[in-house]
Amino acid sequence: MSATPITLSPGQAWNLLFLAWLVAAVSTLAALFLGEVMGYTPCVLCWYQRICMFPLVLILAAGLFPFDRRVLRYALPLALAGLALALWHWGVAAGLIPEQVTPCSQGVPCSRELVSWFGFLTLPMLSALAFSSIIALLLLIHFKVPE
Amino acid sequence: MKKTLFVSAGLLLLLTFLGAALYFKAERAGEAEQLAEANRAGLTREHAPTLGPSSAKVRIVEFIDPACGTCKRFYPFVKDMLIAHPERIHLTLRYAPFHENSEQVTALLLAAAKQGLHWETLEAVLNAQDDWVENHVVQVDKVWRHLDGLGLDMDKLKADMADAAIAKQIDQDLADARSLGVSKTPEFFVNGKPLPSFGFEQLKTLVDEALAQAYP
Repeated sequence: MSATPITLSPGQAWNLLFLAWLVAAVSTLAALFLGEVMGYTPCVLCWYQRICMFPLVLILAAGLFPFDRRVLRYALPLALAGLALALWHWGVAAGLIPEQVTPCSQGVPCSRELVSWFGFLTLPMLSALAFSSIIALLLLIHFKVPE
Repeated sequence: MKKTLFVSAGLLLLLTFLGAALYFKAERAGEAEQLAEANRAGLTREHAPTLGPSSAKVRIVEFIDPACGTCKRFYPFVKDMLIAHPERIHLTLRYAPFHENSEQVTALLLAAAKQGLHWETLEAVLNAQDDWVENHVVQVDKVWRHLDGLGLDMDKLKADMADAAIAKQIDQDLADARSLGVSKTPEFFVNGKPLPSFGFEQLKTLVDEALAQAYP
């Protein structure tokens, strides 16, 4: 990866990080809307994904002012853990992973689909999409922006 | 420039969130009102315990779960309103035992009602709630020790608790809760109108409005 032909300018790098922050901020507000406004109680796996997403809003914002490409070191572990949980949740909701082996037991089952937009888009999918786009943006900054 | 972009994006997101939240709440309040209107018959049933004179024009229906901590906190608040307007407010209690095993305590309370001791027993049970609810799990065995001195006939109480008629009453309460859109406790209806949003103040406002309307 050291001799990549395309490199990005510092301005572009800031924009990418800003975009990653936007994804985290929108996801956080969306999760709060579902939980606090619409009144859906988050299941256990949803809570774990929230734990990974909410701090990203603050960590990525801190990396924007002043721009710090090392924000990856602090943001990537959370984003990776979030993605793993989202994929697991997706598997549970799709019935690929049986509910008994997941930590969900009290009250709200993780396998229940609360939201299904356009007939196929579910919450675990949206969560996986958000975490993976944050990961992709962070990796882009890491590999394509010269130090 | 970057800071302006960041701050304006943040503000835009927050404003969108608040706007959507306000819109959603208003929409939902309207729906809840229509639901209550359409299922008016489900608000009161013959078996439901009541307080206050039947001539009272302000009628509160409360859905309560004996194991619910917020219900416990609302109980004295509602009682104070009844005491403040003894001739004007009438309370009907419906049970929505959403906590696990809470329906057994509900059966106990409805069995106590058959001995004319519903409200005394309810107060004793609510006062001791911290003792018999642990981490949202009902410990039915621990309820009994709080019933001493109420004058209950324990043998009759136990027999009535197992009676199918009482199980039917609880099923009816739960079915009515469902048809009225009650998913959390406590829920209140004042003269058929649900709380626009949850809280002590909102309940007081709704009751005060009903009082002003019924007794100008």
